[in-house]
Amino acid sequence: MAEDGTETDWAGLLCRVRDQQDRAAFAALFRHFAPRVKGFLMKSGASEQLAEECAQDVMAVLWQKADQFDPERASVATWVFTIARNRRIDALRKSRRPEPEDLPWGPEPEPDQAEVFEVQQETRRLGKALAQLPQTQRDLIERAFYGELSHSEIAVQTGLPLGTIKSRIRLALDKLRHQMDVKAKTE
Amino acid sequence: MTIRHHLSDQLLMGYATGSLPEAFSLVVATHISMCDDCRARAESYDALGGAVIEEGYAAMSEQSLDACLARVAGLAPISARRRGRDGIFPAPLAEHIGGGPSAVRWRPLGLGAKQAILRVSDTGATVRLLSIPGGAAMPEHSHRGTELTLVLQGAFRDETDRFGPGDIEVADDNLEHTPVAEEGAVCICLAATEGKLRFNGLIPRLAQPFFRI
Repeated sequence: MAEDGTETDWAGLLCRVRDQQDRAAFAALFRHFAPRVKGFLMKSGASEQLAEECAQDVMAVLWQKADQFDPERASVATWVFTIARNRRIDALRKSRRPEPEDLPWGPEPEPDQAEVFEVQQETRRLGKALAQLPQTQRDLIERAFYGELSHSEIAVQTGLPLGTIKSRIRLALDKLRHQMDVKAKTE
Repeated sequence: MTIRHHLSDQLLMGYATGSLPEAFSLVVATHISMCDDCRARAESYDALGGAVIEEGYAAMSEQSLDACLARVAGLAPISARRRGRDGIFPAPLAEHIGGGPSAVRWRPLGLGAKQAILRVSDTGATVRLLSIPGGAAMPEHSHRGTELTLVLQGAFRDETDRFGPGDIEVADDNLEHTPVAEEGAVCICLAATEGKLRFNGLIPRLAQPFFRI
């Protein structure tokens, strides 16, 4: 959401970074996401200076990995979150996070625009669902994502998942299976 | 491959939030590589993280955008190419070990069973590969925290159920179980344990310091 209430097409901007190394598109992404990454890292316990440096690193990775972004699978916010989380594990825990095997297919050269739109809306839908939760429950989920809860605390306290996440999971699984089928038939 | 035993919401959310010890993350990433269902669930928790990151805000310093633009101008793209699956080892495990099953340095545990302890960078949990001949039992044991056992090849049974390739058993500290490998192929598992294992027989307990288990 832009400040004036209209929605910005973050995925479109990131595709311009990917295809044309478009600096203006990158600047727009930076202005929106860098302060959010910085806020996230400070809430995760980083000092302001470290958070600022890491937010720059995260945005640089966004630029460098733009061709791996798949707008049919994740919103830009989700993708930024995964990069920021991994940077946090690296910077604050001096640890690494093993990543799942890549899917046998990468981003489509010409993604289905309706599909992309749907996936990009997801962050807003989940944000709304979060906002409707009782304050204590919302706080717990946020604290979990700031890395303040151990995995055993997550079980006891959050009482997840929300209905919205359940339906999101179903959609993601349908999509994954569909892609697998298409892949299997074309080979 | 039909996977019947999946990761808990708790572990998937812990993986998404980055709060698992590396040993657990390795087992989770390896299971997700074999299981579409858990992949979809894991990505959904990432999406929740996307919504959480949208909430926060801390102003960046004024020159930060220019500094970042100057920095990325000279950067080459980060390649998507990673090490792939290697034999029965999905990519995250092959990456961690630096190869497939032939790269594992097994140590004998007695009666044909073998294990290889894998290095991790934190002390929250330990992780090892186990190789149990068909028909053989693991020493009966319990543990102080959660134990994850992911089957890579073969199958085992314990007091709770049967576990085949891709299945993961999530056992908490009050489960005392004796996994027995099914007759047939050698059963190879990736197992992560919070805290030390406790063997219930005298001999395994004496042997524990030597085997580092």
